[in-house]
Amino acid sequence: MNAPRWLKQLFLALPTALLGCLLVASTALASPVKQAGVSDDQVNAIAKELYCPVCENIPLDVCGTQACAQWRELIREKLSQGWDEEQIKQYFVAQYGDRVLATPPARGLNWLVYLIPPLAILAGGYILYRAFKSWQEPASAEQAPVSAQTAPQDEYIKRLEEELGKR
Amino acid sequence: MIANLGFGALVIALLASLYGTGAALYGARKQKAAWVDSARNAMLLTFPLITLAALCIITLLVNGNYEVEYVASVTSNSMPTYLKITALWGGQAGSLVFWTWLMSAFAAAVTLRKWDRDREFLPWVIVVSLVTLAFFLVMIVFFENPFARIWQPPLGQPIKAMLPPAGAELLVQADGRGLNPLLRHPGMIIHPPMLYLGFVSFVIPYAFAIAALITGRTDDRWIRITRRWTLIAWLFLSLGLILGGRWAYDVLGWGGYWGWDPVEIAAFMPWLTGTAFLHSVMIQEKRGMLKHWNMVLIILTYALVIFGTFLTRSGVLSSVHAFAQSAIGPLFFIYIGLTFIISVALLLRRWNELKSQAQMNSMFSREALFLLNNLLFMGILVVCFWGVIFPLISELFTGQKVTVGPPFYERATGPLFAGLLLLMGVAPLSAWKFSTAITLGRSIWKPLLVSLAAPAIALGVGLRQPAAILGFWLCALVSAVTLYEFWRGAIARHRKSGENLPLALWRLAGRNRRRYGGYIIHLGVVLMALGIIGIEIFQTETQGTISQGETLRLGRYIMRYDSLANFDTRDGRNVARAVVSVFKDGKYIGELHPRRDYYYESQQPMTIPGVRSTWEDDFYVLLVDWQPISARGATFKVYHNPLVNWLWLGGVVFILGTLVTAWPDREPEGAVAFARRSQAAQARV
Repeated sequence: MNAPRWLKQLFLALPTALLGCLLVASTALASPVKQAGVSDDQVNAIAKELYCPVCENIPLDVCGTQACAQWRELIREKLSQGWDEEQIKQYFVAQYGDRVLATPPARGLNWLVYLIPPLAILAGGYILYRAFKSWQEPASAEQAPVSAQTAPQDEYIKRLEEELGKR
Repeated sequence: MIANLGFGALVIALLASLYGTGAALYGARKQKAAWVDSARNAMLLTFPLITLAALCIITLLVNGNYEVEYVASVTSNSMPTYLKITALWGGQAGSLVFWTWLMSAFAAAVTLRKWDRDREFLPWVIVVSLVTLAFFLVMIVFFENPFARIWQPPLGQPIKAMLPPAGAELLVQADGRGLNPLLRHPGMIIHPPMLYLGFVSFVIPYAFAIAALITGRTDDRWIRITRRWTLIAWLFLSLGLILGGRWAYDVLGWGGYWGWDPVEIAAFMPWLTGTAFLHSVMIQEKRGMLKHWNMVLIILTYALVIFGTFLTRSGVLSSVHAFAQSAIGPLFFIYIGLTFIISVALLLRRWNELKSQAQMNSMFSREALFLLNNLLFMGILVVCFWGVIFPLISELFTGQKVTVGPPFYERATGPLFAGLLLLMGVAPLSAWKFSTAITLGRSIWKPLLVSLAAPAIALGVGLRQPAAILGFWLCALVSAVTLYEFWRGAIARHRKSGENLPLALWRLAGRNRRRYGGYIIHLGVVLMALGIIGIEIFQTETQGTISQGETLRLGRYIMRYDSLANFDTRDGRNVARAVVSVFKDGKYIGELHPRRDYYYESQQPMTIPGVRSTWEDDFYVLLVDWQPISARGATFKVYHNPLVNWLWLGGVVFILGTLVTAWPDREPEGAVAFARRSQAAQARV
């Protein structure tokens, strides 16, 4: 009793079709509203990357406190004076220190924040590699890959049964 | 008097856990079963005692006994009764009691299991559970007492104490300060208990691991006993994280679900090690390898559970979640350090006994790919841990605090998550031991080919973001491979037994719930990944101040500000509720009501979004500000969040998959083993 081929294809095609629909659906990209003077969106674009020292871990663009609203007004003022994003950020850094930035500037001790994770992962990878090496038995008799001639389906059933049996 | 009763119960519970620890240690040393049984009874006793204490707190909360400091700090007259009850975990002292209560429930449950085959583990499981319990009880009784009352001495300031200072009288306040408004949401009512359940239930597998190390019974028995405990712990932790995300999306008013806040990460870290553990124990079960590594993972998970509670509860990091600050930090720190050092020392002592005659035949075998999966999980853990503690290190050494914000985590973990998805696509097709590049290639080419349709379609419709295209491809790959696995299994069974396909699929999944439940979890992750890609890469926003009748445009959407009502409610809020009409492609699609609640008692505003949610996208409107009189009207912030609903659907699928995996077997373990042995005997004959 063979399942019809089309059913098999359908089984694989369904998730793909679903994904396709989703992709089409997600393409609606927006353009911000243009307003006279400095728009809220221009202010928020910069505020998004700043953190006030009081409301820790809440980006400035969504923070609801009065102080943060004043900061946003300050950004607006600076923008209307023709400052660019970098100048405004530097202004806040000069006033309140590095902590207003979303990520620590890469200098001094702060380098550690960027170096430790990749180094740790590389070290982990190396340990894993060494472990693999030490676990690989030289030319074991057990290592007998199934010959290419065996029907893959039978091999699969055998393996599945074996694994299900083991639980 | 209820306060005294509750406090007394806590003190007795602490004494019982200290006694139980001692009795279990003595019984194990001297081989005296009676002492171990006595310790077991002591452990069982902690549950009703802490239950009584928790009930006392609830009674005080519901009755509004504001002379008790904790009651005054988290409730008020205007709060409905159900919120007064859930205020049990609305503040520092109460949530510690709640944590302890759950812990004692799990400890009691574990004492009631059948111990016949594992007698030697019993005293040590008791010791680990009771030491954990005693630690938390010490903190409650001596530092964070929820029953402490406020006393007014004849001269000077009111004093917070359990017993009256000389000459002082009870200071009874007429009303309390009320629960933090952020916590008055259904999501927040369920989210902490789920997380706590996840946290405390990881203590049990850890206790068994330590028992295995101490007794030297280091085969995989401890893993088999705790498999279901671990899954349950993981289930609750996952549920807690998902609910927390949903709560943030609905209540915090920043258009997102996850902000890489240190306290979110605190709950995420044990989940990472727990997930790595769930995968790597399979290698030990199937191949007898990685005994050391599994010990390391469960020890880390326990340390991170306590660390997570420490971060949330000690106020060491101030963040959105750090509602409560207190001086219990150093104690936590010492406890984490001590338990970690002792655990590692025990592991080192048994190091040689845990060695296995491991052999790794191929880099493409299932076990090799599982190890890569573990490496990636550990990588994410390192990023998270380092990101959380670096600001503290910086403050310690340079005196300057820095912010490690979302951009850091997103950039560092993005590739690692992508790697995990890739592994999730490849590993299910590889076999234990003998997979080679050729056998793996032979089984993967079909789903791989199918999955390539996703990036093709993405490019076809004009998407150009490499991260999104890669992400969609990985999602398609995992879906194709997972469904292919279901298909292959079902068709094999269908051929062999002649069952029709749906029945074959059902029985197949029923026979190995762990495997197929795992695949369902993978599908849940794919759906969540879709939602995450949608909101992270394609989210757009705009903000503007408009008068009534004016509109704000965002992509294909237009929003019109119709009206605003401002009124007081009976539960002590001032509500400003806007009515906006939403149009998509020029067509009216509905009305939304973003609002801002101002809580008079706590003087805190809360921004509740108006959301129109579909499978395609969410249109999410926030009322940022309004001027009642001026012509400028109100300021709105509007987000367009594509695909975000798939994140929640994925969460549901994820939890269902975990339930399938953790569902108890119909037959008891022994019967199955017996049946299998007799089958094997017959086969040999």
